[in-house]
This record gives sequence, C-alpha cells and structure tokens, in this order.
Amino acid sequence: MKLINCPLNGPRNAQEFVCAGEVKLMPDPNACSDTEWTDYVFMENNTAGVVREWWCHVPTAFWFIAERDTVTDTFIRTYPASEVFGARVDFAAPAAKGGGA
Amino acid sequence: MVHYWYNNKPAGVEPVALGLLKFGLRRTYPAKRHFPKAKELKRTYDVAIIGGGGHGLAAAYYLARDWGVTNVAVLDKGYLAGGNTARNTTIVRSNYLTPEGVRFYDESVRLFRDLAEEFDYNLMYSERGHFTLAHTDAALRTMRWRAEVNKHMGVNSELVLRDDVARMVPQLNMSEDVRYPILGALYHPPGAIARHDAVAWGYARGAADRGVEIHQLTEVTAIRPSPGGIELTTNRGTIHAGKVLQATAGMSSVVAKMAGFRLPIRTIPLQACVSLPMKPFLDAIIVSGSLHVYISQSARGELVMGGSTDPYQLYSTRSTLDFKEGLMMHMLELFPFLSEVRLLRQWAGMADMTPDFSPIMGLTPVENYYIDAGWGTYGFKATPVSGKRMAETVATGKVPDILAPFRLDRFSTFDLVGEKGAASVGH
Repeated sequence: MKLINCPLNGPRNAQEFVCAGEVKLMPDPNACSDTEWTDYVFMENNTAGVVREWWCHVPTAFWFIAERDTVTDTFIRTYPASEVFGARVDFAAPAAKGGGA
Repeated sequence: MVHYWYNNKPAGVEPVALGLLKFGLRRTYPAKRHFPKAKELKRTYDVAIIGGGGHGLAAAYYLARDWGVTNVAVLDKGYLAGGNTARNTTIVRSNYLTPEGVRFYDESVRLFRDLAEEFDYNLMYSERGHFTLAHTDAALRTMRWRAEVNKHMGVNSELVLRDDVARMVPQLNMSEDVRYPILGALYHPPGAIARHDAVAWGYARGAADRGVEIHQLTEVTAIRPSPGGIELTTNRGTIHAGKVLQATAGMSSVVAKMAGFRLPIRTIPLQACVSLPMKPFLDAIIVSGSLHVYISQSARGELVMGGSTDPYQLYSTRSTLDFKEGLMMHMLELFPFLSEVRLLRQWAGMADMTPDFSPIMGLTPVENYYIDAGWGTYGFKATPVSGKRMAETVATGKVPDILAPFRLDRFSTFDLVGEKGAASVGH
C-alpha cells in the first residue's frame, strides 16, 4: 500500500486520499471572457513530470497541496494550502443590469 | 496393439520431420514478410500519422484504400500496437447512452463484423452477448433509458430482469444475500470480443500492401507549422507532411503541447489482468458499473478482467495491489466459485480521460493538424470507425456529420456529449 504524507495526520494509506487536480488560479467569473472560463473549467496541462495538485485526506476532510512526479509516481512534498493561499478571495456579485424598479 | 505412425503411414506421405527439413533448406523461403522492412524516412509525405496503434494504422489503411492517399508515413516511438491497442480488454459494443455515441459505435460494430474477411486474417471476432448488470433501481432506470435510445438508433439492446439474467447467465451468483444483488441487466446481443493485436496487424498489413510506410522506433520530438503543411522533427530526421494526424492515446496532451495547444484530458492508468486458462464456462461478457468490474473468457480460456481507472493521474503503466484487491473482492461477489483461480498476467495502459467520457476527433487550432484523442477506456471498440472517419476528415479537410459532436471546441460551447453512465465502469 502506498503511503502519502498528510501535513495534518502524517503518513496514511493512499486509499484515504482523493486527488482534486491541478492547482490553478480561478479567473474572476464576472470579468473573464467565455474562452478564459472554459479554459479554466476544462483544459488541463496534464504535465508529464512534477505537478502541484489539490489533495484531500477524506477521513479528516483536510485539504492540502502536494507536489508529485506523474512519471515516477512519487510524492515530492506535501504542505498546507496556507503556504500558497494567504488571503481569502471574494468575488463581488455582478452589477445588476437593466433599469427595472 | 499399438500402431506407430512411422510404420503405419499411408503410402506417398513423407515423415513430418523430413518435410520440415526440406522446407527449411529451400532457397526461396515461401513465407511472405508480414510487413516490409523499414526504409529510410523520406523528406516529404502527403500525410504523417503520429502513433502506430490501432487508430493510427486504421486511418492509414482507409486513407490508402478509400481515398487513394498512399504517400503516408505512420510514425511510432515504440513498436506497432505496443500501447493501448494491446492493453485493452477487447470488448466491442455499441450500447451507449447518447444518440451521437450510439450511432458512432454502431458503425464500428458493423465494420468489425466484416474486418476478418477483408483482411483475410483471423481476428477471432466472437459475438458473445454483453450484460451490463443493474444492482439498484437507479441503475435499472439507466439501463431502460439506454435500451430505448439503442432501439431508437437501430441497435439491438434490451432490458432483462432478474429471472432472465439467471436463465441466460447461470454462472452468476443470483443470491440476494450480497452487498449488491442483481436486479436486472442491459442485454446487448452484438457485444463481442476480438483479438486486439490482430486488428492492428491486419490494418498495418493492409496499409503497407497499399504503399503506406510504417516507421517504428521513430519518435516525434518537435512539431512546427511550415508552408503547405507541418514539419516534424524525429529522432531519425526531419520530415515535411502536408497533413498530420495525431493518434497517440495516453500521450495526447504531451504531443498536442508540441503542436501548440492544450486538451481537456487527464492521463490516468487503467489496469487489467487475466487468470490462468480454464475450460470455457463463461460465454457472455459481464459488466457491473456498481461493482466496478468487467469480465469475459477469451478463446484460450483466460478470464480477462478489468475495473475502474486508477485514483490519480499518472504517466506510468505500473500495476498495483490495491487494484487487484478491489477487483477480486467485487468479482467474487459475482462468481464465488472462482476463489481458487490464480492470476496469470497483469498490466496497465495510460488512458486519456475527458470530462464527458467521449472522444475528441477532428480539427485542431493548428491548420493541417488533425487529432484523434480522448479515448479514455473505450478506444479499442472504435478502431475501425475512427480510422475510417478520420481518414475521411484528413483526406477531404471536412469533418463528417458522424464525428461533428466529438469536436475539440465542443468544450468552449458547452456542447458536451455525456457518456459517463455508459462508457465504462466506476468513475
């Protein structure tokens, strides 16, 4: 059984984790073009090599970031998301259109 | 009294050993080479196909046969059909969920039926009947839905209930005292298995006979647009092709990146295994989405088994114990009497997983560069139709109606072709 080092719980069985894909920055849905949005939703780098991904330790619902080599199937480093994301991101609601009262 | 062959032979027949010796010493060896010997790469081709698997070879074959395009090079970084063509579990069926998918895979089934005769090559194409088991009311509803869509599109599928399943596949464990009792199944009589390597070899031989060049151990390392086509740099020199078709399952994103565009694909391993050979006991092909398992018995008696894809992305064909534990646990629920059977071989292939579980075929953002990718866990069954229709696309520059729903830019217009419920198991 493969072990993955959870930043919160230490080494745990791989079956306790799920991978949620590449860490990528979300464009502002109110400001970006349709192309930017579909690119964010569907397109993948699908890198053969070192990638940075979101992982979750399911029993404790702890989300973290893992750097992993997709060719050698090895984990290089796992760390809490707070190392990358320091501030909360809020998107303003789109401005109401039209002049209805 | 025992009569030995040598003192009991009919007059005029040589002993076997002498015949073999004569055959071996003959100056002109009567057997024809299967494929011509590799030549040097030419400087220019009308069409270059990256990827010498089933799809690439089929496209080359139909380009030569149907469109008279024979100045074609098939380039493969490894050996013929060494990728997913020889790593799938060989099931051919057309009982999909969307009308677009059913129409497409039905054309493939029709082509498959004539292929062995066309190639003069035994593909061991064997129609077994395909049962997709339903273990919940929700699954039964989906099976009914699929059966209705199939029938509407002229494909032979039927919802069968518990008693019929028990009668048609008496080997199945019909106990209700299990985690997932069998409530019914989607029965698809045309469901078949075939000898997958032979499909690729048949296409390769048919293409080579018509003048197509097949270059193994030829890896494309750079792709550049050039006037009137595309320039490909390979480890054996640079070539210019009027048009290029990419058919490199598993490595699609890596090759597309060289050409300059991204794909909505994740590369995830799919593992499979076979048991030791046994006397034939299982005629039908059995699939269970809830139990993440599919199983059939090959002509030589091995049980061919597969499950769901691996839990994360990987460019590797390694096997894991987790996969086999999960698969066997579920398979033994369906066939408890197989508990003493041993595994013979195991392997994995790298699958191109798309968000909607449908392939990506047709034009790309790069002019004169065509793509056949996103074949997930369902590529083998589409080998003939994708080859035939991609050949048409490359030859005419126009995407035929049957491929239009699978275009790459369906993702930018949100016209996805959702086949998750019918394409494979357990995702």
